[in-house]
Amino acid sequence: MSARAKPAPVPTPETQPYFDAAAEGELKIQRCLDCGKPFFYPRPCCPFCASDALEWITASGRGTLYSYTINHRPAPGFEQDAPYAIAVVQLSEGPRMMANIVGIENTPDNLVLDMDVEVTFEKRGDVTIPQFRPAGREAI
Amino acid sequence: MARGDVVIVGAAETDEVGVLPGHSTLRLHVEGARNAVADAGLRMSDIDGIASVSAPGPIQVAHTLGIKPRWIDGTGVGGTSFLLHVRHAVAAIRAGHATTVLITHGESGRSQVGSARGALPASSPNAQFEAPYGVLGPPTMFTIPLLRYMKEFGLTAEQLAYVPVAQRKWAARNPRARYREPITVEDVLDSRMISYPLHLLECCLVTDGGGALVITSADRAGDLPQPPVHILGTGETFESPLISQMEDFTTSAAFRRSSAEAFAEAGITHGDVDHLMIYDAFAHVPIYGLEDMGFVGRGEAGAFIAEGNTEPGGRLPLNTNGGGLSYTHTGMYGMFLIQESVRQLRGQAAAQVPGVEISVAQGNGGMFTAAGTLVLSNRTP
Ligand SMILES: [Zn+2]
Repeated sequence: MSARAKPAPVPTPETQPYFDAAAEGELKIQRCLDCGKPFFYPRPCCPFCASDALEWITASGRGTLYSYTINHRPAPGFEQDAPYAIAVVQLSEGPRMMANIVGIENTPDNLVLDMDVEVTFEKRGDVTIPQFRPAGREAI
Repeated sequence: MARGDVVIVGAAETDEVGVLPGHSTLRLHVEGARNAVADAGLRMSDIDGIASVSAPGPIQVAHTLGIKPRWIDGTGVGGTSFLLHVRHAVAAIRAGHATTVLITHGESGRSQVGSARGALPASSPNAQFEAPYGVLGPPTMFTIPLLRYMKEFGLTAEQLAYVPVAQRKWAARNPRARYREPITVEDVLDSRMISYPLHLLECCLVTDGGGALVITSADRAGDLPQPPVHILGTGETFESPLISQMEDFTTSAAFRRSSAEAFAEAGITHGDVDHLMIYDAFAHVPIYGLEDMGFVGRGEAGAFIAEGNTEPGGRLPLNTNGGGLSYTHTGMYGMFLIQESVRQLRGQAAAQVPGVEISVAQGNGGMFTAAGTLVLSNRTP
């Protein structure tokens, strides 16, 4: 057992639906009702037109590996994982989000840019966060 | 108002930079401030404007120095903040809100004496959407866009490794630089992996130090001892507080926008630039900077540096103090960009480039988060 726990996010009212959805096994992102564009990270207004008329949509959970780094000096709670990748995933809906790539050893050979990935979920204390794994793998 | 009507008349660093466990953060600010005001040939009582970053902040710095300002700027957007302070001081002096502005930096980045390294609140977007994935400081965030750049443009590990090699050649000429021994591409690639694809020698130093600037109007500078450095053009902007939300990982929109504005205001083109400073927290940042500022085309900067264009004898001298990679890097390095630009324009640099008339400093704040640009000259246009 790790001496320290990995960080757990502290939701705010405008991000709570995102974490509630994650706890149910769904990746939800926001979309603007005025200009129609989806975006990430959750926030109180649209970054494209500043409208506050927003809806939550369920994302497909599919994406590609946009970029990453492999960190050799672990953050607190990540001691068992190092070296581990900190990745940015391009969602098929367009927005990008940070994630770890789970279910595969995090080596440069294994982590090929633009490879298909799909969402999975991880408990962090009382909160659930989205993670990604190579597409077509069994859930871990 | 006219281009270049506001000038830098005082510029100095702390007596030493490096490992200074006997210096508090506040003392580093004060030492830089006293040195810069003395360099300007002024007294502290001449200062009526103060700018500094949030910790310990302009009020604490001014109070310690006995300054009673009528203009205060506490803009804190990371390491480029001081370039923004210069820009804001130009406006304040033109508006008559201050006549003589002091800008201070001091940071106990290595020894952490009297420093306030604040974590972001747990409910911030960074803490909710990035921290859970194991980020730990700049090496784990600033690095993330780089693989995308390498794939898009074919930048090789060897070209990337040459960036610290080129800058070490400048550092070798600077007695104050922390690291001066020549290094090779092999040395860089053999150094410890910090955050793939970046090795230890591709990451900046972590040091203690400080510096300060004195800014006033050109008509007041005539009686002062140092040759004035005219502020011809400035720019400032930001892109995203979260590295994951940078629009295109192969280019910094903040670098592009701030530099374009500064060049346009100064009325210069790239061929006019004799000397260049680009914030180099990591080896890839000058590569982005050279391209995003328009000195070379997209995807060309790695080869441009590897061909020797930016090292001693090259046609575009870059980071001539040795940079954050070899000279010093307190955490908010931007002050040292400006200090080296001023030294080069005065003809006082350790690794002096002959005939510098226009120097450009490109600052970075956070991880490609904020940017500031200064176009400086030792003559008016
Ligand atoms: Zn909108």
